[in-house]
Amino acid sequence: MNPTTTTDPRPGPEQAAGPDRPPPLLHVDDLRCHLPTRRGLLRAVDGVTLTLERGQTLGIAGESGSGKSMLVRTIMGIAPRAARVSGEVRFDGVDLRRLPAREARRYLGRHIAMVFQDPSSALNPVVRIERHLTEGPRHHLGLSRAAAREKAVQLLEQVGIPEPRKRLRQYPHQLSGGMRQRVTIAMALACDPALLIADESTTALDVTVQKQILDLLQRIQRDRDMAVIMVSHDLGVLAGRTDRIAVMYGGQVVEEAPTPTLFAHHRHRYTAALLEAIPDTARPRHSALHTIPGAPPDPVALGPGCRFAPRCAAALPRCSTDVPHLEPAGDDGHRYACFAPTGLRERP
Amino acid sequence: MTTMDGRGPARPLLEVEDLVQTYRVPGGTVQAVSGVSFRVRRGETLGLVGESGCGKSSVAKALVRLPAPRAGRVRFDGLELTSMSFARLRRVLPRMQIIFQDPVSALNPRRRIRDIVAEGLAIHGVDRAGIAERVDETLRQVGLDPDLVADRRPGEFSGGQCQRIAVARAMALRPELLICDEPVSALDVSVQAQVLNLLERMRAERGLAMLFISHDLAVVRNISDQIAVMYLGKIVEIGDADEVYRHPAHPYTRALIESVPVPDPTAPLGGDALRGELPSPLEPPRGCRFRTRCPLARPSCADAEPPLTPIGPNRSVACHYPLVT
Amino acid sequence: MSSVMQPAPPTGSAAETPPTASRAARRGAKLPLWVGIGWIAGLALVALLADVLPIAGYDEVVGAPMQGPQLTGEPLGTDAIGRSVLSRIVYGARASMAVGLTAAVLGLVVGGFLGLLAGYFRGVVEATIDILAEVVQAFPPLLFLIALAAALRPSLASLTLALAALIIPSFARMTKGSVVAQSSREFVLAARAMGASHWRIMFREILPNALMSIVAFSVVVMALLIVIEGSLSFLGFGMPMPYPSWGGMVAEAKDRIASHPSLTFIPAFFLFMTVYALNTVGDHLRRRFDVEQSQL
Repeated sequence: MNPTTTTDPRPGPEQAAGPDRPPPLLHVDDLRCHLPTRRGLLRAVDGVTLTLERGQTLGIAGESGSGKSMLVRTIMGIAPRAARVSGEVRFDGVDLRRLPAREARRYLGRHIAMVFQDPSSALNPVVRIERHLTEGPRHHLGLSRAAAREKAVQLLEQVGIPEPRKRLRQYPHQLSGGMRQRVTIAMALACDPALLIADESTTALDVTVQKQILDLLQRIQRDRDMAVIMVSHDLGVLAGRTDRIAVMYGGQVVEEAPTPTLFAHHRHRYTAALLEAIPDTARPRHSALHTIPGAPPDPVALGPGCRFAPRCAAALPRCSTDVPHLEPAGDDGHRYACFAPTGLRERP
Repeated sequence: MTTMDGRGPARPLLEVEDLVQTYRVPGGTVQAVSGVSFRVRRGETLGLVGESGCGKSSVAKALVRLPAPRAGRVRFDGLELTSMSFARLRRVLPRMQIIFQDPVSALNPRRRIRDIVAEGLAIHGVDRAGIAERVDETLRQVGLDPDLVADRRPGEFSGGQCQRIAVARAMALRPELLICDEPVSALDVSVQAQVLNLLERMRAERGLAMLFISHDLAVVRNISDQIAVMYLGKIVEIGDADEVYRHPAHPYTRALIESVPVPDPTAPLGGDALRGELPSPLEPPRGCRFRTRCPLARPSCADAEPPLTPIGPNRSVACHYPLVT
Repeated sequence: MSSVMQPAPPTGSAAETPPTASRAARRGAKLPLWVGIGWIAGLALVALLADVLPIAGYDEVVGAPMQGPQLTGEPLGTDAIGRSVLSRIVYGARASMAVGLTAAVLGLVVGGFLGLLAGYFRGVVEATIDILAEVVQAFPPLLFLIALAAALRPSLASLTLALAALIIPSFARMTKGSVVAQSSREFVLAARAMGASHWRIMFREILPNALMSIVAFSVVVMALLIVIEGSLSFLGFGMPMPYPSWGGMVAEAKDRIASHPSLTFIPAFFLFMTVYALNTVGDHLRRRFDVEQSQL
């Protein structure tokens, strides 16, 4: 492992343990996922290094096309077949990418579970809720049918679904969108995973239901001391609910920091632009909102230099020729990749 | 901001009275909209807010008779649309255009951008030269270069660009009223701002009136002059946008505001989430429709349905125990 | 009842094998697209130019009967009464292609139109068309054709019409499904909101989106029609006598399959290759359409 890319020397009991300190729950090292397309090689994920400790919540933010969804899919080992993947995905010290496919599959659903954006397509319409919830535990944990059913009832109670026994006999279409997303969360929790990945899992929902689901995820995360990766295009959603946030652009992490630092002392111009684009309810009526000019880069035709440079208001000449690398800033594991950072003065 | 530029107390551009819309579903008949009334003046934006299933999209579609409402009146510039023949309605429709939520599904994937934007003009018999000129002009107005985009197809564009094209298609007819049905819900936050700014510019430049529908109060608040909040087919609160946002009178409005994520990690996460889900519109609760989820509900709320009652100038609320009086 | 819904857990992993295996089988058994297109194009050309090609007439006796394929003289040999197998194959291609193509196009146009009406207007229009389709489909297809052929006296035209009638319901159903799916998309609503007429919406907005899958279907149907035509000819209900058809040639030669296998195998090979080529092209079109759809 490259010592310069290890992150987050977080003060904590693990560190106090010295050399016997257990490996982080998830460590992704120089992960790449390139897809051959008719137009050329699509660099969906292009050298991402991230660390997630046990019980922590990591937010991954970025616009569509930034590679955030492909990153978590690559971590899960469910990137498209044609994809060329390189790099390491160490889960609890084990490199999942080196495991034989059969063994790697045993991690999925068992130790790492995922909640998708669209609950209606994540559930099989002709299968009852019961089987959705019992299949995983019976397969991975070897529970009997009766034990699995009892567990399913508990899971539904935990995710706040009333009358769980009645729900078990129903089909997905008999539930509302919010209820279906609760069921997919219950499915993900079925085998007590150590890591839950939520990929835009509230984007398709109303704000009221979104808040319910986010509150639910947070409660479960605390109760179970589970690690969570939350992917969203909306920094507002990640604000109060993550420990750290990584901002992605053009398949790379451009800034990563503890959440309070990211909001108060972000350095990367793209992070600043993303934050400004959130509708601010305090501004006067009919005033123009901040936007990011232009469009995300074409992942097939990436130029040299910083990938955000063509849209960056503060771009320097060297930004379009040299590639900025993630540099540490401060002692809280804050990293950013920018030659013309913002807000240098405010930083204590 | 909403003065009538010396036109005097002109009648509103759009007047909706007691609109009722029903749909037949396997379990019976659903009343998606049960008696909704509002007005939109020229150059003014009304934000219509509520959860999915509250009937806000049904209102939008009923205005342009997709399909026609079950009961109630829709007057556009004094013309009664609900009883009008289809032939006459066709002549009015270009003056009121609608933009849908999913920009990708809203554009025919097999047609060129030029033909998509020209669709309305061709339907209403504009000649070829006139069409070509208007298409180029409109594309430029929405920030797209006609030389680059006109001959391509929707699949080559991002969601935000597709929504621009949908705006261009609607604006090519030079409408007076633009109905926007969740136009930015499917877009990234950064792209949302671009489309909102575009709509806002269209309104300012053309004196367009807008009915802006969304489930997100944060989005609506910035561009609306008035806000109407819908719950289970009824308007529960309506009034000046700033007033409604700063001092919500209905507990549901307050819950909606508290649900908006705050982009500040130090801010409290804002109250408890709204309990439960929208009840089935097949059998709405007796009395106040919101009482099953209302944190302030009292037993008496089940007795009678609260009428929409004025609580100030241009401000009404339908609650037995409003938060503001 | 929940036991029905619950296969034992290991089926999850076991179930992963069959799809992979069948996918590999499908992929391995596929002709390259250009071979498929080339075969059909070549055959169509030869069928079209049959009258001007330097070959004998289809009912002309050119030599001794039952000669095998020769390097000089008749390349594919002669049949039981000394006619050129090559000419009969070429003229047979004309019959197969003409019947298959015309019937497929007829079915596509009539069935597609009915399906468009049914899918767009729904209600009474849909119910009426559904009932008509069910009446036709209620007959066993081969019996239906034999009955029609008997009633109409076999000829190229009556055979084509009968086959077209047989497939119109399938086209109508298939088109209807596609049209119903397209009708609910928002660009159709947008056109209605702009005051577009029904015809404009059906032909400008919906049909172009439904067309690709219908055309892909019609290519596969054409292959099916050629097989049916072959079977009918084999049973003696196909093309009227001296005129050659591949199915008829197989039928004539079947008694001599042991002594003169080439007489059976040559027409059978052409029949097989043509059907195979059509299926390849149809499959390719369908897959391309699926990809386009999934990218929307």
